Amino acid sequence: MPDVLQPYAYLAVLAFILVTTLPLELYLGVRVWRRPRRLALTVLPVLVVFTLWDLYAIGRDHWFFDPGQTSGVLLFGALPLEELLFFIVVPIAGVMTLEAVSVVRRWPAVPETA
Amino acid sequence: MTYTQLALLGVVVVVLLDLVVLRVGLLRRALFWTAYAIMGFFQLLTNGWLTGREIVTYNPETTLTSGQVVLLGDWRIAYAPVEDLMFGFAMIVLTLDLWVVWGRRGIDVGPYADGPWVRRRDAREAQAAQRARNARP
Repeated sequence: MPDVLQPYAYLAVLAFILVTTLPLELYLGVRVWRRPRRLALTVLPVLVVFTLWDLYAIGRDHWFFDPGQTSGVLLFGALPLEELLFFIVVPIAGVMTLEAVSVVRRWPAVPETA
Repeated sequence: MTYTQLALLGVVVVVLLDLVVLRVGLLRRALFWTAYAIMGFFQLLTNGWLTGREIVTYNPETTLTSGQVVLLGDWRIAYAPVEDLMFGFAMIVLTLDLWVVWGRRGIDVGPYADGPWVRRRDAREAQAAQRARNARP
């Protein structure tokens, strides 16, 4: 990877996830991005729980991030911006995958309302 | 707590949440495991990039791994420590359970899928049904 792209090595993963799941919204029409209230209520608790886990893990030296391969923006003095975005992008991709399987196989995600 | 202990705890907590506390039961459904198989594949791919390139590095004292980044073995799968699979599992189960819970409560339940692929499938099936009706003597 060229040096100039190094700081985007992590962000590239997030972009990859967003791009590869977008056809589920546009082609299958899973309507995950278009249900923002439910999506926000789903993502926010996950974001809080896993950000806390991440901060604990960084504080306890469970893992660390390469400053050369991240944007350099640190939240709460320790958490790379990419990690916060990860806890938003990945849950969204997860919901899209569930809804995609639900549509293709005709297995309702919420049987009570089907 | 070590990463291994936390990751195991995470799995236990979400299993209890799914089956006992929220009673969503996604873990009993083919829907979840099919989706999880797809997500698991992409987790190995993306996490392999993050750990193989050492964008993130783990402290071997808090994982089962011994510290050398290998593709497979030494408690690593696609470069990543097995604890990451448990971390990811906990995150996905929590996410999908919440999505179902809010759906049950009637929040943004519909509208249902209506993309080009779905419309084409509906049209194809309507046509087949029509043909079946016409073929009847």
